[in-house]
Amino acid sequence: MARLFWAELVKTFLKKRTYLGFLIALVVVPLIELAMASEGEFFIRRVMRNLANDFLILGNLFNGWTVAYQVMNALWIHVPLLITFVAGDMLSGEATAGTYRLMLIKPVSRTKILLAKALATLLYVVVFIAFLAALSVGLALALLGSGDLVVFQRGLLILAEADVAWRFMVAYLLALAPMFTIASIAFCFSSFVENAIGPIVATMGVIIVFTIITVMSLEAFEAVRPYLFTTHMVVWQKAFEDPVNWHAITASLLNLAFYTGAALLGAWAVFTRKDILS
Amino acid sequence: MPPRTSGSSGILECSGNLDTVSFSMPDPILVTRKLGKRFGKRWAVRNVDLAVQRGDIFGFLGPNGAGKSTTIRMVLSLIRPTEGDVHLFGHSLRSERSAALRRVGGIVERPDFYLYLSAIRNLELVGALTGGVHRHRIDEVLDLVGLLSRGRDLVKTYSHGMKQRLGIAQALLTDPELVVLDEPTNGLDPQGMKEVRELIRSLAHDRQKTIILSSHLLHEVELVANRMAIIHQGELAVQGSVKELLEGAGSAVMVGASPLRTAAAVCRRHRAVRSVEVNEADLRVAIDTKAVPHLVASLVRAKVRVTMVRPVRSLEEYFLSITEQAQGT
Repeated sequence: MARLFWAELVKTFLKKRTYLGFLIALVVVPLIELAMASEGEFFIRRVMRNLANDFLILGNLFNGWTVAYQVMNALWIHVPLLITFVAGDMLSGEATAGTYRLMLIKPVSRTKILLAKALATLLYVVVFIAFLAALSVGLALALLGSGDLVVFQRGLLILAEADVAWRFMVAYLLALAPMFTIASIAFCFSSFVENAIGPIVATMGVIIVFTIITVMSLEAFEAVRPYLFTTHMVVWQKAFEDPVNWHAITASLLNLAFYTGAALLGAWAVFTRKDILS
Repeated sequence: MPPRTSGSSGILECSGNLDTVSFSMPDPILVTRKLGKRFGKRWAVRNVDLAVQRGDIFGFLGPNGAGKSTTIRMVLSLIRPTEGDVHLFGHSLRSERSAALRRVGGIVERPDFYLYLSAIRNLELVGALTGGVHRHRIDEVLDLVGLLSRGRDLVKTYSHGMKQRLGIAQALLTDPELVVLDEPTNGLDPQGMKEVRELIRSLAHDRQKTIILSSHLLHEVELVANRMAIIHQGELAVQGSVKELLEGAGSAVMVGASPLRTAAAVCRRHRAVRSVEVNEADLRVAIDTKAVPHLVASLVRAKVRVTMVRPVRSLEEYFLSITEQAQGT
């Protein structure tokens, strides 16, 4: 199994497509952060204008933490797309390249091959999110320094500087869960088809439909909304609540784990029965 | 249509003349029983009973769309049979897949690889699927197919012929006893085809491999195979020893003679001749090979000048007769 996993890592991390997400992040994150650094203080001042009449605000609220938080908010819609570039190609890429015929005639079970591929996909997600975290937080702190964090969620919350770093760490760890779900769904779609475009489009389609149901305040959707994974995609934001609602976090993680497991099970059911005709 | 059989498809194989008859127990490496695959309502392959013995170079022939690739894919577990089973080295592919495939290597149609990796890296990845192979084994198989000096190059820089040879290298990587080669000379130039043919012969004779060679190039199979099967419209039309099948089916010769009319008359009167076809400059005489010298003697006795006698019963003709016959039924 270790050799299979190694083989999948070699295939994944020596492929140029794998670094597309990294490249995009490398362009977009500095772009946003530099732009915010140049005019972000105006943005904070506008948000705080009404409060300034009633409160005395001391210190620097426009700092690296605030920018990193804003970047996380802004990118969280687009990161899944970058994840699907790789996850959607994991199985279908083999079909496109014709290498299924190379792999699946060997005396190793398809279940093991699938497991190795799924683990490689999840490891890619971990590496990508870690890269995003390091880039986003590291660059923001380097540009604007540290300070208290202003969180705009249900109201305004100001978290003390000493209370912020661990929350970012937890937030990025929690962010892995929805990305695992997205990757697993793309991986599942990838087992059906023979090119990577299908899984990417299908996964984004699911996300869009589920997100519409999640955000539209219609009563008809009330009953299903808590069960949709898109409702829990922003579970990372709960790390910035005070106090942190661990109960709600656990519920979200269970929901995401269910979708992840179901998608991987679906991939297994398809892959192990698939006739290789390509 | 029940397939015709010949040679070693039975339980005992008989060889030699009547004075020195020897029996040897066949050692079937691959046996398929009632193998069938249905796609939707259409049966692509049905009731295929193949038997490949140890040491065979087994030609698997059929026109395009006859079911060759589907059968090969079922044998290599790329396609799940709708009915029947494949037994490799006595292990059922359905219930003991890993054990069944452990001593098998193969290429199926185009030899596709990870183009962005080197040949060595590709072979390492293939090796990882079988528990890992030593680097010296990788060098050995690359050397065998003449790619050792290009092992570190990315596969995307390879020509089609080189990829084909790399395909054979990966098939041999784990030193399998049975090598399944599906259209191994596809897209190769004549020199490349000759090299692959020589490699196949050397694998069988020098390294004692059993080879299944699926091809639509009949001449190629005729040159290297000792046993063969022909599949047509998804069903096995014939299976057996190449030599015996061709002899059993009767052969023909082209006869150049003068005067042609007299020659045709002599041929028609000859007991061993089944039919005579008069062409512009020669005759096509359907006759058992053994009776050809007697026919020539008869022609000479009738003062016919015989300028040429050329056997024409090739695998191609036999193949066409089998497939046309099957089409008629």
